[in-house]
This record gives sequence, C-alpha cells and structure tokens, in this order.
Amino acid sequence: MNDIVISTFAGAIRAGTPLLFATLGEILAERSGVLNLGLEGMMLMGAFTGFSISYITGNLWLAVLAAILVGGLMASLHAFMSITLRINQVVSGLALVFLGQGLSGFWGNAYVGMQANSFQNLKIPLLGDIPYIGPIVFNRDILVYIGYISVPVIWWFLYKTTAGMNLRAVGEAPDAADARGINVILTRYLYTIIGGFFSGLAGAYISLAYTPMWVQNMTAGRGWIAVALVIFAIWDPVIALIGAYAFGGISVLQFSFQILQVPIPVNIMNMFPYIFTVFVMLFASSNRIKKLFGAPSALGVPYSREEKT
Amino acid sequence: MKKYLFLILLTLIGLYVFAAPLKVAFIYVGPVGDDGWTYAQNLGRLYVQNYFGDKIQTTYIESVPTANAVNVLKQLALNGYNVIYTTSFSYMDQTAEVAKLFPNVIFENCSGYLTGPNMAVYFGRIEEAEYLTGLIAGSMTKTDKIGYVAAFPTPEVIRGINAFALGVQSVNPKATVQVVWVNDWYNPPNEKEAALSLISAGCDVIKSETDSPAPLQAAESKGVYCIGYNTDQSSYAPKTFLTASVFNWGTYYKDDIQAILDGKWKTHNFWGGLDSGVVGLAPMSNLVPPQVQNLVNAMENAIKTHSFNPFSGPIYDQSGKLMIPAGQSLSDQDLLSMNWFVKGVIGSISK
Repeated sequence: MNDIVISTFAGAIRAGTPLLFATLGEILAERSGVLNLGLEGMMLMGAFTGFSISYITGNLWLAVLAAILVGGLMASLHAFMSITLRINQVVSGLALVFLGQGLSGFWGNAYVGMQANSFQNLKIPLLGDIPYIGPIVFNRDILVYIGYISVPVIWWFLYKTTAGMNLRAVGEAPDAADARGINVILTRYLYTIIGGFFSGLAGAYISLAYTPMWVQNMTAGRGWIAVALVIFAIWDPVIALIGAYAFGGISVLQFSFQILQVPIPVNIMNMFPYIFTVFVMLFASSNRIKKLFGAPSALGVPYSREEKT
Repeated sequence: MKKYLFLILLTLIGLYVFAAPLKVAFIYVGPVGDDGWTYAQNLGRLYVQNYFGDKIQTTYIESVPTANAVNVLKQLALNGYNVIYTTSFSYMDQTAEVAKLFPNVIFENCSGYLTGPNMAVYFGRIEEAEYLTGLIAGSMTKTDKIGYVAAFPTPEVIRGINAFALGVQSVNPKATVQVVWVNDWYNPPNEKEAALSLISAGCDVIKSETDSPAPLQAAESKGVYCIGYNTDQSSYAPKTFLTASVFNWGTYYKDDIQAILDGKWKTHNFWGGLDSGVVGLAPMSNLVPPQVQNLVNAMENAIKTHSFNPFSGPIYDQSGKLMIPAGQSLSDQDLLSMNWFVKGVIGSISK
C-alpha cells in the first residue's frame, strides 16, 4: 500500500514535468500577447532531436541543448508568421503542430528501436532520505530538479524585474508599452522563442528521461494539455507547478485506482484537460472573458503601430 | 510490313502488361514508427516485397483516420493497385463499401468479419501465443503476482488476457494476473505509468499488450521480468526480457500474394494460429530456465498439432462459476464475443 502511494506521487511529478516545462514556456509567450497552440509539434521535434543527438553523440547535455534550440527554431517560425506577417495565431499554431508531427515522424523512422543514453535518477544527499518526501521529491533525474528551480526563477522574473514588467506590459497594453519605448515586436519575438525553448526541453524530457526511446507521436497529446494548463494556472508559474503535477497525477491515479479497485470514471478524469483546451479558444476570441479570468488583454491580437485597436 | 509491326507492338504491350508487377497497397492505422502493431504490419510488407522482388510493387499509407479511409481506398484503386490490405478492424466497413465499387481489385481487412466476392478477412490467434507466455510468467513469478498492461476491453484483448491467465494458472494455480487498462492503444508515457503502478503493487512479471515498448522499459528500470507483444522488443529490456507473443504477418501475406499471382485467390476468412506461423513467440531469453523452455516447446507443439486447445474445459470465471465443463471447449463464436475474465484474473471489464 505504501509503495503504491509513493509510486503515485512520484508518478505525478514524473508525468507532470513535461507538462510543467511546456506550460511555463507558453505562459511567457502568452504574457507577451502571442498565443502559440503549436506546443505538441515543438515538443515532438524536441523529443526527436534530443533522442537522435543523444544516439549520435552520446552526449546528453548536447542532446538537451539541441532539443531546446529546435523548439526555439519552430517557435521563431510561429513568431514570424504571427508577429511579422500577422497571420491568425490559432492557424499558425496548428500548422506548427502538423509540421512537428510530420517532420519528427519522417526523420525519426531511422531511430525507432534504437537505444540511446538517458538521464538516470540522482538522489540528493540527506533530503533524499526523508521518509515519503525523499523518494517522491528528491530522488529524481536532473531535469525534474530543473523543473523545480525554473518555477521560482520565472515567478521572480515576471513580478520582480523590469524586464518581466515590460513583458507583462506588452501583453496587456502594447500601445502604452510602445509609447514608453519598449520594443513590442522584439519583446514578442523573444518570449515566443523562449516559449519554444521550454517546449523543446519538455520533449527532450520525454525521450531522454521519461520513456527513453523514440517512437512516433510519443508525446500523445501532452502539448494540448499544456495549452489548457496555462489557463488553469491563470498565467502564473506557481499555479502552473501545482496544475502540472495535478494533471500528471490524474494520469497516474487512473492506474492506481484500478489496482486498488476504486471505482472512478476514468474517462471523465481524462476529459478535464481537453475541456480547458476548449476554453483557450474562448479566451483568444473574447475580450470580456479575458478580463474575467485575468488573461493578458492583448492575447492573440497582432500588434501594429498603424492599426490601433 | 505495317501489319507485322502492329502485331509486334501489340505483343510488346501484352508482354508489358503481363509482366507488370502486382501492385499491393497497405493502409496502416498508426505510424510505422510505433514499434508495435503497425511496425509489425510493415515488417510483413517488407518481407513480401523482399520475397517476391520485381513481381510485386508495394506501398503503404500510415496513420489513416477512419473518416478518411474511403477516399484513400478509392484513390488507391483508381491508381491501379490490384490488392489492398486494410490493417485494422476500424477500416472494415469502409473496405466493404469500396470493395463493391471496384470488383476487379482484391480487398482484405485485418481482424474484421465482413467478406465479399473480392473481399477477404484475416487475423491471427495471438491468444495461442499468449497462453505460452502465460506458462513462462507463471513459472518465473516469485510474488505470485503478474501485471498485465492492456489497451481496451475488446473481445480480442480479453481473449489474450484469458489465454495468458490460463497458461499462468496451469503451472502456478496460486498466481494472479492483475489487469490495468490504459484506455489507449498507444500512449507511451501512460503505458509506462500503468506498468510502474503494477510493479509498485508487488507484481514481479509485467506482460504488455499495448503498442509501445514503454511497459518493458518500466520493468527494466525496476528490475522485474517482462513479456512483450507484437514484435520482439528485447532491445528495450536487455536484462529482464523473457519473450514476446508476436505476429508474423509476412507469413500470411506471402501465401496470399502467391495465390493471387497464381490466379488461385478465393475470398476467405483466415484465422491462423501457431500452426500457420502467423503468430508465434519471440526467442525466449536465457533468463527462462531450460525446463520451462522445454515445457513451452512441448505445449507449442501440442497446440500446433491440435492435440491441445488452451480454451478447453474445465474453465471457471472470476467468481468461480464453471463456464466450460471438462471435455468441452469454447467455439470460435464464443471467442469472438468473449466479455468475461477467467479465474485468476484481477480486474474488471467496463461494459
């Protein structure tokens, strides 16, 4: 029984970590006013790139770096389409999903069935020996620890630094930010691409630590769950942490409940993330809903000095 | 002179048409790179392409949504494909619909039941291989708890679980088979979590039935034995892999295409077991002791020669009710609609 409890909580963190990375990145992008629905595509490209580089070079950190950069590259495509060309952000994001699925599947075929270096658990001295908490929180791979650290860092950045304030200003009132001398276009490019970095990292976590292998479409919809989590988190990194581990927990609990023979309608639990995804569309389309839930006011609205909205 | 030229030309055209390779198309439900069901199907395609060489020309279309299947099938038929294999139950109705429109094209659906003059169905009795893997699992477990990672409660999957459990119980009546439904054919991280949950509940042998090798990785990471499905996935768990029940689709495709090339093809409902070679075991690893390997080989022979049927009575259900009395065995009809678990299986079937 104890083992199952520990395993469930440990599983929640394991399953939540890729969600956390992708959600944190998307929070930054959306805070700047750019909605990027392409997380699934960027994660797949990150997963494929991470695995293939680890397979070729055997160097895990090079693999992670490459995955991060590829995520950023994909995001820069979205940035160009949605910021410079001012194409509908929903459409451009969806295109990114299909692009990532197609390219990773096509290039990835050569790597199916291969074995590559992967991240192993790294127990933190002392902390790792605390009963219950130790094995759940402090005996993980290093990417999970990076997940823990990135939350307070991003929180501090968003709320306590000038750059963070500028970022929020660009997402809330781009006109005013522009008038104050903040470069709206550059800011949006920057954070859309940083968002892509995080999605690439999320993908690398899946193919190098979670299920260390490459198989097509291995993210299996987690990019969409992350899109939903951004709303659940009301664009806040700390709530994102809670949400990511909670959503991760749901996917693990469904199995623990089956073993403990707890009758729970699993299908309904699995539905939650997708209900949130539907809300995303509402947020992107209605100003009133944006205000109600505290979404960045300029979310999904392209910026142009000439055409004031 | 002109007349002769014309005749020569006609002969040449005739020769070309006659010698033109048989065009064979495959439609896959998932990506070739899933390393599971579709991967195994594609191995079958590569096998026949290699075997027949210039005589046939194969192609495939992967990840075809059911809603799109009719268009894809029509397009393939219009492009001159002579034989089209639709490799998932979910394409059965669409295949039958298009087969009526193209009477000169041969259509075959995997695991369906609808046939027609130019439409056949085929499938493998994977449960016969599952029975054998059950013998191994039952012999290897020390905690007497075996975990089974399953996709969806369909009769096909339930048959496999039951055959596996019957194999387990025949060598180890104390052992139980705990089933966890992933509710997905393919979701690597969730498949892994399902396996890890079973391991944390004390299972020391993991049997997977879902499409990715993730459950085997979970077993490897925890140092418990594992048994795969679809293809030989030993490379994912070099230290703990015991064996896998596998589909050898190439065996069926070879005989089928040979019949087509010979002009002897007839519609059929093929459901081949171990005797046909369509299903089988991946090579057992060194972890399986010789006496267990001998037992498995003996039972495999008995099933192949039809002197033994895994589904012969007495068989009890989970509640201990006698379902099949001694001396009787389940009919194919019963097997195709199976919706109950045998004794020794822990888990429920949502209806």
